[in-house]
Amino acid sequence: MKRNRFGAWLALAVGVIYFFVPLIATFEFSLRLRRGTYSFDAYEIVLADPRFQQTFGYSVVVALATIVVGTLLVVPTAYWIQLRLPRLRPVVEFITLLPLVIPAIVLVYGYLRIYNSSSWLPMTNAVWSTNLLLIFGYVALALPYMYRAVDTGLRSIDVRSLTEAAESLGAGWPKILFTVILPNIRPAILSGSFLTFAIVIGEFTMASLLNRPAFGPYLQLVGANRAYEPSALAIIAFFVTWACMGLIQVFGRGARGSSADTR
Amino acid sequence: MSVNLQSASVSVAPKAGLSPASWAWLGITPFFAFAILFLILPTGLLMIGAFQDANGSFTLANIVHLFQPSILSSYRISLEISAASALGGAVIGFLLAAAVVLGGLPKWLRPTLMTFCGVASNFAGLPLAFAFIATLGRTGLVTLLLVNLFDFNIYATGFSVLSFWGLTITYLYFQIPLMVLILAPALDGLKREWREASDNLGGGSVHYWRHIAFPVIWPALLGTTLLLFANSFGAIATAYGLTGSSLNIVTILLYAQIQGDVLHDPNLGFALAFGMIVITGVSNGAYIWLRTRSERWLR
Repeated sequence: MKRNRFGAWLALAVGVIYFFVPLIATFEFSLRLRRGTYSFDAYEIVLADPRFQQTFGYSVVVALATIVVGTLLVVPTAYWIQLRLPRLRPVVEFITLLPLVIPAIVLVYGYLRIYNSSSWLPMTNAVWSTNLLLIFGYVALALPYMYRAVDTGLRSIDVRSLTEAAESLGAGWPKILFTVILPNIRPAILSGSFLTFAIVIGEFTMASLLNRPAFGPYLQLVGANRAYEPSALAIIAFFVTWACMGLIQVFGRGARGSSADTR
Repeated sequence: MSVNLQSASVSVAPKAGLSPASWAWLGITPFFAFAILFLILPTGLLMIGAFQDANGSFTLANIVHLFQPSILSSYRISLEISAASALGGAVIGFLLAAAVVLGGLPKWLRPTLMTFCGVASNFAGLPLAFAFIATLGRTGLVTLLLVNLFDFNIYATGFSVLSFWGLTITYLYFQIPLMVLILAPALDGLKREWREASDNLGGGSVHYWRHIAFPVIWPALLGTTLLLFANSFGAIATAYGLTGSSLNIVTILLYAQIQGDVLHDPNLGFALAFGMIVITGVSNGAYIWLRTRSERWLR
C-alpha cells in the first residue's frame, strides 16, 4: 500500500485547500468594511439590524415547527410500517425519496397553483395558513433525511418485543409511542432534527416564493445591496451549519453505541 | 395522530399479531394524506397543466414550445453546469474518498474528513454564493493574491465568478463532499483479500483497479454521479445569490416565471417544470437502480 501514500496525501491536500480557502477568504472579506484596517464592523451592523433578528427568529421558529410536525408524521409511520405493514415499506420509502426527485422550486410552484387565493383550499390567503404551507413544504423537503434517520433508529431496536412488553403491561398506543419507542430512538430523531434545522434555517426558494419574512430572503436582500455584510452573514451561517453537524455527531454517537459500527 | 389511536384500539383487542390488516392501514393515513396533499397532488397537477391549453383541453403545444431557443438555451446551460459539477465532484470526491479509505493515511483522518464533508455538503444556498464572491470575485482574496503574488489576473482571462465556470466551481464545494460521504462506505466494500489475491498473482496497481476494483464499484460511482447531477440541476439559491438573474439557467427562468409570468403563458411555465422533473426523475431513477446493483457486491 505504500506506493499509494503520496497520491493519497496529495488528494487530501487538494480537498483541504478547497474546503478552507473559501472560508478564510470569506472571513477576511468580512473584516474589510472599515477602509485600511480589519474590523468586526460588518458583524456589528448585521447583528444590530432588526431585520436580521426578526428574520432569523422567524426561521428558527419555522424550523422548530418543521421538526415537530416532521417527527409526529414520520415516527408513527415508520413504526407502523416496521410493525404491521412491512409490505408497504417500498411504497413509503419511494414517497420519502420523492423530494429528492422534485426540485423545491417545482414543489412550491405546485403549491402556489393548487393553494392560491382562488383555489378550493386557499392557504395563501391568510398569514397563518401561508406559514403552515411553508412548514409543510419544509417537512416535505426534510422528509428523506428525517425518514431515513428514524427508520435506521427503529431498525436498531427490537420494536416488536418492546411493543409486546408494553402491551402486556397494559400500555395504550399513545403511551407506547411516546414513552417506549420515542425515548429509544431519541438519538436518531435528534440527528434528523439537526439536519432539518440546517436545511430549513437559510432556505431561500420556498420562503421567497411564498413571500414569508424568513432568513433566506433576507440573505438575498443583503447580498444584492451590500458589499461586506454578506460575508459576515456567510460566516454566521457556516457556524450554524457547523453547530448542527457537531450536535449530530454528539447525539448520533449514542445511537450507534451498540450497533455494528462499534463492534 | 387521532387516526392512529383509532386503529390502535381496534387492533389491541384481538390479541395482536398481524391479522387485522383491514384496519392496520389506518395507521399510515396521516402520512399518505400528507404525501398526496403536499407532494403528489401539487406536482401531478403541474404535470397535467403542462399538457393543457388555457381552456383546460389537452394539447402538446406547451411541450413543443419548450423547444424555442431561449428556453432550450436555459436547459442547455443548466445541463452543462450540472454535468460539469457532477463529473468534477465525482472525480475529486472519488480520489479523496479513495485516499482516506484505501490510501493508508492515519486512521483519525477519516472521521475528521467525514465531519467536514457533512458540514460542507450542507453549506449551500446563498451563504455559499457569498463565500465564493469573497474568494473569487473581483476583489476576492484569491483573486487579489494571484494578482499580487504571481501578477496573474484571472479576470483578464475572461473568468468571472458569475459565469459558467464560476458557478461550477462554487457547486463543487458541496458536490465533492457529497460524493465522499456516499462513496466512502462503498469503497469499504472493496475487500482487502481481493487486493492481496491480485498482488499474489502478480497483478499491479493498474491491473487491480481495472479488472477488480472498478468493475465492482462502477455502479456506485456512476449512480452517485447521477445523484450529484440531479442535485445541482434543481439548485437555485446559490446561482441566484451569485449571479442575480443574469445567468440564464432553467431554475432561475422558472423562478422568474413563477413571480411574474415572464413567458406570458402559465401553461408553458408548467411545461418548464415538467421538463425539469423528467430530467431529475430520470437521473434519480438511474441512481436508485444502480445502487441496488452495487449492493450485490458491496456489503
